[in-house]
Amino acid sequence: MLQYALKRAVLALLVALTVSLICFLLVNLSTDVATAMAGEGATAEAIDVIRHQYGLDRPLPVQYVEWLGHAARGDFGDSLYFRTPVAALVLERMPTTMILGGAALGFALLLSIPLGVVAALKPNSWVDRLTLTIAVVGQAMPTFWFALLLMFLFGVTLHLLPISGGDTWQHFILPSIALGYYATPAIMRLTRSGMLEVLESDYIRTARAKGLGNTSVLFKHALRNAVAPVVALAAVQLGFLLGGSVVIETVFALNGLGYLAWEAIGHNDFPVVQAVVLLISLVYIVLTLLADLANAWLDPRIRIG
Amino acid sequence: MHKYCKLLRVTLLAAAVAFALPAQAGKRDNSVKLAANQVPESLDAYFNNVRVGVILAHHIWDTLIYRDPKTNEYKPSLSTGWRWIDDKTLEFDLRHGVKFHNGAAFDADDVVYTLNFVSKPENKSTTQQNVNWIASAEKIDQFKVRIHLKKPFPAALEYLAGPVVIYPHEYYAKVGPKGMSEKPVGSGPYMVVENQPGRLVRLKRNPNYFKDSPKPQPQIETLELRLIPDQNTQTAELMAGGLDWIFNVPPDQAQQLKTVPTLQVKAGESMRVVFLTMASGEQTPTPVLKDIRVRKAIIHAINRQAMLKTVVGESARVIHTLCFPAQFGCTDEGAPRYDYNPAKSKELLKEAGYPNGFDIDLYAYRERPQTEAVIGYLRAVGIRANLRFMQYAAMRDAIREHKAGFAHQTWGSFSVNDVSAMTPVYFKFSADDVTRDPQVRDLLEAGDTSVKPEVRKVAYKNALKRIAEQAYVVPMYSLPVYYAYAKDLQFQPYPDEIPRFWEYRWK
Repeated sequence: MLQYALKRAVLALLVALTVSLICFLLVNLSTDVATAMAGEGATAEAIDVIRHQYGLDRPLPVQYVEWLGHAARGDFGDSLYFRTPVAALVLERMPTTMILGGAALGFALLLSIPLGVVAALKPNSWVDRLTLTIAVVGQAMPTFWFALLLMFLFGVTLHLLPISGGDTWQHFILPSIALGYYATPAIMRLTRSGMLEVLESDYIRTARAKGLGNTSVLFKHALRNAVAPVVALAAVQLGFLLGGSVVIETVFALNGLGYLAWEAIGHNDFPVVQAVVLLISLVYIVLTLLADLANAWLDPRIRIG
Repeated sequence: MHKYCKLLRVTLLAAAVAFALPAQAGKRDNSVKLAANQVPESLDAYFNNVRVGVILAHHIWDTLIYRDPKTNEYKPSLSTGWRWIDDKTLEFDLRHGVKFHNGAAFDADDVVYTLNFVSKPENKSTTQQNVNWIASAEKIDQFKVRIHLKKPFPAALEYLAGPVVIYPHEYYAKVGPKGMSEKPVGSGPYMVVENQPGRLVRLKRNPNYFKDSPKPQPQIETLELRLIPDQNTQTAELMAGGLDWIFNVPPDQAQQLKTVPTLQVKAGESMRVVFLTMASGEQTPTPVLKDIRVRKAIIHAINRQAMLKTVVGESARVIHTLCFPAQFGCTDEGAPRYDYNPAKSKELLKEAGYPNGFDIDLYAYRERPQTEAVIGYLRAVGIRANLRFMQYAAMRDAIREHKAGFAHQTWGSFSVNDVSAMTPVYFKFSADDVTRDPQVRDLLEAGDTSVKPEVRKVAYKNALKRIAEQAYVVPMYSLPVYYAYAKDLQFQPYPDEIPRFWEYRWK
């Protein structure tokens, strides 16, 4: 198990390094950072001054290696745009994204597990079709579109919830629904198929034969087993949700990591872009690693195979 | 994607109009809640280059001179009088009795410290072009200063009336740009009482604002600027009553908002002009544009007047030379005008040896529907323009590296009402000059370096005439800016795109 865990950890580290390198190259090759920093009105001379001042005239490998060395010590440098330490910016914005991610996942689980169970209980019925429709719509509809629909319904028309900002817990309701809905289909499908499989199994038949009530069979025996893989999937989905927060935070003007990434991309603030991408990647990689390890712990065939 | 967004906006707006409640969040407490879609990287006016930063700067700080946006006349502000000592020296008499928000008294030390600090490149001001003409500032006595210029720069007064604001020297020396960004202190009509970087800036009326200021005493008690990046979210907030004022509303959305009974929509002409650059210099990546007949054919092919009605919007106007008509030195007198004439365009192309037209890449970075309209007009005469749409920085790189020869550009002149902030950028042999005509360069240089207004006017007129005769660019039109706001708010837009909340009030 330890050997397996170490192997997975090294692989995770390599993935993180690759992500940072790709991100660095994409930012630097897409445009000239000094031109973007100087803004629309800058003369060529002004851009040259900025390029020199920020060391952007050095070769790319030198810039990358220097950044990586500092990053390993937790120093991501200063934001080229905000002119403050990147680490402080990221830490300041992190809680908003974590709250949003957690709330979105909570909403997704609350919606998808009951729907998945209901669909499994009545396979191929109209209930099953309805849940399938919900899943398909959730997967197909762009999050920004769904976000706007929610905004106009609950904010503009009904005046029930705040539209943008993050001052109170009510501000997180619409963004969490918009973001969480995207994760719903995968969890719901897995719950449904897990439940279908479990409900067909021998021990459920035995439980029924023993005369246990339907509720007891369903919640005490079937659901507990069917939901186990969902926990692993939820961890991975949380990673997706953190990535998806770029769009949602921008639409709802939530001052989190996603919004920071959006701003940084717009201003070619590559130290911030890299830090955010690296951080979200690390969270995703760690969550995936934990899910892998949990699965391997539960199922020895995985670590041997 | 764009079409879907548009469809969604139209549908949602139409649905929401029917249910919208009174949208006057701030009338009750005499405040105005406004939104911007970009975060200024710093509130220090010399360390950000976004529009909302310029707007805030005009409210928090004052300048030595004030340009009346209605008459374009220069008026005393922090200085009571000024004079040119020679071509490179300006002298200012400073106002007595002005106090900064922290209680510090304004005098020559503030002007000298601010200008000397921001004009030094090592202090890394982001807006270099606003201050790089300053050699130094010198204190003559407590209320008299001289500004020494690096070279004759008659537009200096325009900059001193615009982006060059004055800071309290002791405070700025103590806290630097970072501290000034966190807790800005100025002498302007509004003072910052809350600053949540990346979220909101709250300003309160300055009760001790100096009485002789050319800016009227502010009436609105509080301004709350929220940063909401998404335009649709801003619109939703405005309709729900969470905001009172938004700007840069897309034209199609503005048309829909006009139907909301609690809102007003106003279009204001901006100083930003739209034009197509055609690289005809030696290093052009599009040699076809070296032929003046081809360049003229392109101008004749585009129906600019019709574009105003269909894709640009109200309050805009067609321009015939490369400058904004209200700018000092801008004129189209004597310059040829190219009417919309597709037949003549085809004829010119035939004469130039392109009876079947040609293929060309057209680079663009904003106002995509307008670029697409241009492409449609060009196709009608046989010019097959292929759209290359990208970010501004990428497009500018491509132009400077001689990879993009034909580009749809815009220029806002930094709200500087002088032609030196516009035409020379593209015609004085800088990296953005894709034409490189020595005659134009010399004429512009004469205009840029004389302090005699008449000499400047003649020089610019001849330069603009030469540019138009040679058809070096396609001057298109000025761009309108759409504002949407609560019906009871008295608001007046200006071409420099700076709302002046010290003038506005609730009805």
